[in-house]
Formats: sequence, C-alpha cells, structure tokens
Amino acid sequence: MTETNENVQKLKDFQAKIDAEIKIEAKDWMPEAYRKHLIRQISQHAHSEIIGMQPEGNWLTRAPSLRSKKILLAKIQDEAGHGLYLYSAAESLGVTRDQFIEWLHQGKAKYSSIFNYPTLNWADMGAVGWLVDGAAIINQVTLTRTSYGPYARAMVRICKEESFHQRQGYEIMVAMMNGTKDQQEMAQDAVNRMWWPSLMMFGPHDADSPRSGNALKWKIKRESNDSLRNKFINKTIPQAEAIGITIPDPDLVKLDDGTYKSGDIDWTEFYDVISGNGPCNKQRLRHHIEAHNEGQWVREAAMAYNRKN
Amino acid sequence: MDIKDNQGELYEVFIQRKPGADYKHAGNLHAYDKKLALENARDLYTRRNEGTAIWVVQSKHIIASQTSDSESFFDPADDKIYRHPTFYIMPEGVKNI
Repeated sequence: MTETNENVQKLKDFQAKIDAEIKIEAKDWMPEAYRKHLIRQISQHAHSEIIGMQPEGNWLTRAPSLRSKKILLAKIQDEAGHGLYLYSAAESLGVTRDQFIEWLHQGKAKYSSIFNYPTLNWADMGAVGWLVDGAAIINQVTLTRTSYGPYARAMVRICKEESFHQRQGYEIMVAMMNGTKDQQEMAQDAVNRMWWPSLMMFGPHDADSPRSGNALKWKIKRESNDSLRNKFINKTIPQAEAIGITIPDPDLVKLDDGTYKSGDIDWTEFYDVISGNGPCNKQRLRHHIEAHNEGQWVREAAMAYNRKN
Repeated sequence: MDIKDNQGELYEVFIQRKPGADYKHAGNLHAYDKKLALENARDLYTRRNEGTAIWVVQSKHIIASQTSDSESFFDPADDKIYRHPTFYIMPEGVKNI
C-alpha cells in the first residue's frame, strides 16, 4: 500500500469506530486535525475552569455568612479539580501542562469569555452559579458522550459534581428575591448583566460556526451550538419566572409549543470580548501569570526535594 | 526532564469504593513525591466520600497492551468456549448445579 492509501484506510477505520460509538483512546491512531481540535477544545475548557475561579474568589472574603463562605469555597475547589481533570485529559494528547499554561499566558489559548465580566455584587454569585454553571452543564452533559475517551471520562466526573453548583447559585437568587427591595434589585441587576453573556457561552450560531462540521462528524461535539442554547433558554426561563426575575430580552416570545424564542444576540460584543476587550480580560490573565510566577520557587523546591528522596 | 517542565511526575489513581471492592481507575494527577501523590489524589478524586482506600502508581510504571493489537492479543481465549458453564448440557430435572 502506498502511504496515501494507508492513510485513507486509517481514516476510514477511524470514522467507522466513531460511527460505532467506540471511544478513541490516547494511543489510538487519530487524524491530526482531530488531535488538534481536541487539544484546543479541552485546554480551553481547562483554562476556563481555572480562570473561572477568579470572579468567584472575588467574593470569598465578603460572603454574607459562614455557611455561604464554606459553600463558595467548596465550589471554587471543585473548579480547580475540574481544571485538573481536563488538563490531564488534554495532556494525554501529547502536550505538557507547562505548554498549555504557556499558550494561555501568550494569549494563544483562550478561555470562556464569560469570565471576562466582573462580579459586582453578591447576587452575581447567585447569577454565576445559576446561569453560567447552568449553561456549562447543558454543554457538559452532552460532552460525557464525546468520542475521545479521556475527555468523556473527565466530563462524567465533572457533571456529577456540577449540579450542586447550579443549585447553590439558584438558592442565592431565591434568598435575594425573598429579601428587601434593594436585594431584589441586586438580583435583577445581576441577571441583567449575566443573561446575554450566558447565551453567548454556547458560541456563534450554527451557520457561523466554522469548526462545527468536523467536530460533529467526529462526535467531539454531540449537539450544535444553537440546539444547546435553546435547551438552556427553555430550561431557565420558567426558573426565572418562579422567583419573579425578569429576563432582560424585550423580544423574547413564547411559541405555541411552549418553547421560547429569544431576541437577537449582540455578536459584536461577543467578538469584542473574545479578542481581548472585555471588562476584565487583562486583569484575569495578569492575575494568572502572577500566581504562576510566584509559585515557581515552590515547584522548584518540591522538585529538588523529590530528587533527594 | 526539561528545566521548564517542573510540574512533577505523572501518577495514576485507583480508588476502592468500600472495603472488599475492587480498585477502579479514577484518573491521574501530577505530584512531586509519593506522599503528595496520595494527598493530591484524596483532594482531587475523593472530595465526596468516593472511596475508603487509594492506590497511586507512577504512570511510567504501568505496562499496557496496545488497543491496536487487541484482536491478536486476546485471540487465545476465542476458541475455548468450554471455559463457560453454558457449554455443558445437564440432564433434565437435575437441580442446583
């Protein structure tokens, strides 16, 4: 067989495995584009978990009670754990963790742009848990069936832990909506700021999502951006209504079949934040770089200690 | 090891759900020595009482079969159906066997 024929055959076998729902493992043959797509997607996912600790860490010392502080701390610790699960899955594709961190610091790797928005009041902890984690869960549940084994297994663990995050967020919203007029306004204000960025978390519309074709064919992605976004909208609106929160979308309509159709998303904002001009892009990255550099001596000391043993 | 690569060694983590159960692979992690590997495994994989005991082993010490060779590797078991109890036909009416 010539080399090209051999590759054609390998690609055919690969696609046959994918179609038969057989997971691809780290040592299996895979097309370079599949590997690259996974490296990009899983590391972006890992970075999002880690950077996502910052907007929540912002409220740790100001949590309104010991109970809420303990819960927030546990949630942030979970996010760190989720980042580590995902880095491990990404490393199985042949890239070191240092490399991933370097790409993040150089701006070559991205993280979810939702974390480039500030968390301005305590109700934001509610809105983040309810809306941001809620949107993430919709996406992550479908990813438990992704075709790459290490990624799918990480997603299963993450999904098991994630549902407490959304419930703790909603609980905060309930408490604030049952509170004073000021507290109700804070809760509404948080949703006003987080709603649209949450919808943007699912990515561009299907027609404008250039990488989706292969990702769906290879079953890295199991559902399209718009389909996931609609699931989120339909699930969330009744939860908002139940506690008297108004969805900040004057064009939102309820269709005859009971589902909702949202107004147009402002994609200029989305691309602006992605390209580095969101309210907190610089701050988030700078903080990560500083923390990483400040930990350098600890890693070196640990390595030296390990060599002595 | 690369001078820049200072994230420690890679360890695989196995968790026993309860005494007497088998150890199941949970995932992996980075650590600088055995003690830290165990403590990191506890913090990373058993935050919700997932286990009562943990094994960690350096990933480089695991010897694995190749999935691409699995057909020929497991071939010897293919034609030995007499290893299964259903292969044997018992006389009608005989019980408890």
